[in-house]
Amino acid sequence: MAVISYRQALHDTLRAELLREESVILIGEEIGVFEGSYKITAGLLAEFGPARVRDTPICEEGFVGAAIGAAMLGMRPVVEIMTINFSLIAIDQIVNHAAKMRAMFGGQVSVPMVIRTPGGGGQQLAASHSQNLEVWYAHVPGLKVVAPSTPADAKALLTAAIRDDDPVLVLENLALYNTKGEVPDGEQVGEIGRAAVVKPGHDLTVVSYSRATVVALEVARQLEAEGISLEVVDLRSLRPLDRDTICASVRKTSRAVMLEDDWLTYGIGAEIAATIQEGAFDYLDAPVRRVAAAEVPLPYAKPLELAALPDARTLVKVIGEVLDATRFAR
Amino acid sequence: MPDVLMPRLSDTMTEGVLSRWVKQPGDTVHRGDVLAEIETDKATMELEAYDEGVLERTLVVAGTTVPIGVPIATIGDGSNVDTSAPPATRTPTTAATEPGSTPASDAAPTHLASGSVRTSPLARAIAREHGMDIASVIGTGPGGRIVRADVEAAVASMDGVPAPVPAREPSPSSPGARGEPADPAVSARPADERIPLTAIRRVTARRLTASAAVPHFYLTSVVDAERLLAFRGEVNNRLASDGTKISVTDLLVRACAITLRAHPQANSSWADDAILRHRHIHIGVAVALEDGLIVPVVRDADRKSVGEIATELLGLAGRARAGQLTPDEFTGGTFTISNLGMFGIDHFTALINPPEAAILAVGAATHEPVVREDRVVAGTTIKLTLSVDHRVLDGATAAAFLHDLRLILEEPLHIVV
Repeated sequence: MAVISYRQALHDTLRAELLREESVILIGEEIGVFEGSYKITAGLLAEFGPARVRDTPICEEGFVGAAIGAAMLGMRPVVEIMTINFSLIAIDQIVNHAAKMRAMFGGQVSVPMVIRTPGGGGQQLAASHSQNLEVWYAHVPGLKVVAPSTPADAKALLTAAIRDDDPVLVLENLALYNTKGEVPDGEQVGEIGRAAVVKPGHDLTVVSYSRATVVALEVARQLEAEGISLEVVDLRSLRPLDRDTICASVRKTSRAVMLEDDWLTYGIGAEIAATIQEGAFDYLDAPVRRVAAAEVPLPYAKPLELAALPDARTLVKVIGEVLDATRFAR
Repeated sequence: MPDVLMPRLSDTMTEGVLSRWVKQPGDTVHRGDVLAEIETDKATMELEAYDEGVLERTLVVAGTTVPIGVPIATIGDGSNVDTSAPPATRTPTTAATEPGSTPASDAAPTHLASGSVRTSPLARAIAREHGMDIASVIGTGPGGRIVRADVEAAVASMDGVPAPVPAREPSPSSPGARGEPADPAVSARPADERIPLTAIRRVTARRLTASAAVPHFYLTSVVDAERLLAFRGEVNNRLASDGTKISVTDLLVRACAITLRAHPQANSSWADDAILRHRHIHIGVAVALEDGLIVPVVRDADRKSVGEIATELLGLAGRARAGQLTPDEFTGGTFTISNLGMFGIDHFTALINPPEAAILAVGAATHEPVVREDRVVAGTTIKLTLSVDHRVLDGATAAAFLHDLRLILEEPLHIVV
């Protein structure tokens, strides 16, 4: 088992799938000659040639549409959209075509396409380039949305996404690309729709996904020293959503806090809170709380950007409030 | 629009029963007007308004138990008067009403008119599992919400007190029934009667449960009461003209007080990390109420005459039975006497009234053979049993106190001089 970066895990997975299956192709802006804005596709054009690693014009609607057509005709295209912010130009292709083909053609076709795209703020890229819009896609039946938080999950979930016969959006995160972790060798196919208890505990459940899971685990380690045992549930898949794992955890701990990088209102956490009250109502000792981004276009100025993003300190504070509200004995 | 909150009316009060609304929605209120009567853990007190205006809404129905700090009414300028929450019209069907726990009678419901008891779902589920009425639990969460810790504490104290444990409903469906309402059909069987706790019953239970944690030991001494009773008879004959009548209890209060003056160790309290040796001698006397127990206190009993003590105790006992004691009349005791002699009990042991160091249990004066000058003769004795907190007092110290108390009672002139 090697310790590699999230970026490397994605790269290695793309290469392995290109080697394994002739129908897998890569398509997107700057992924070939420039080797990718975040260097995920470094070396792949040289190795596999322009027929399988395709640079495109700056036209998300066009190349996503082309990928949908290719997928309908038997290819397994893996589209890179430079950031999730730019997916808005292609949203009609994604929501109205990729997500609906199978149902509207009575099952005669499927769209085995992957869209890889990073979200997230904190890089001083300003309001229009720092968003977490995954909930827009997680809302849509016909799409699958996965959000790996570790290099190992990046490998397993990207592999599963490429082999899935339906369109899958793989949410990456700018802040995760350089994070490292152990990645099992050999073929690893993750299960889309399965959350993971990445840190077992018994006092309070923190639900999170993508970068927020890293923060949640850091807080769990910090609070462990204070005698507070957090259980961290990493969603991994936003659609389908693994409600059973979430509710099983809350039934055990009786307290839940959601940590999410998107905005609070109508965010992923709203769905999690609803899931918990439906599936674990009689086990709750306090209302479910959410820690999310401030409801502003993310500022460019660094101090303001930091102030607007959810962080470990806020999570610790809210966890403390929930514990106090339930007279947790420290 | 200021909220009227359930006030803290005594230092042991964690909740109060809103026993009666004096003002009704729409009534004009002035600062100092009595809004309602509140039954605290020990007494019924009047709640006065702090604001001028109009009582716009009452948020709880009479009979409701409310944690301190929880809003019970709103006072405003009169523009939002809401008379739509009259007592006992909105409550019977509220969602949190526990099937099987609400008496079938139209007794005053014990929850907030605005939407039932404030409780976490988990707390409710645990209460249901234990067949416990959630309304009887004191909430300590935000806004008085009942949380798991509260129910678990209530369950634990329920298990700790043997007598008043409400029989659990025979409920074959209780395991795994978590999350589903109890089957109302179960109550078709003749169920045991559930008697909701009054505030005083609950406090009595809590205080006595706390007492069970005290490491007790007991010393019994038999007092030759011949002269004590003769003395009392003589005094009462002399005082009959001015209407004063003293009892054995009055003499005991004075006798204990002066004995405590000579044994300050016994006039102490356990303070967890220290022993408090009191500079005043305040003697509590247990008084039985219809539904509980209260211990009014004779302050500085060592500085009062037997006549003063008799008059004071008479007044205290009367007000205790009427539920009209003020908090300073039943708090601050340093030693307690419990006399069951008038009920014909020869001998018993009493539970310490924490944090006091000792309590004296007094039995009945009984005709018994006694030995006087090496001859067995007919006499009258009283059995005294001292219950002692061993953390505060050791056997020999407590024995010396009881020995001197016996001597004083057997030489009753010492009680008055």
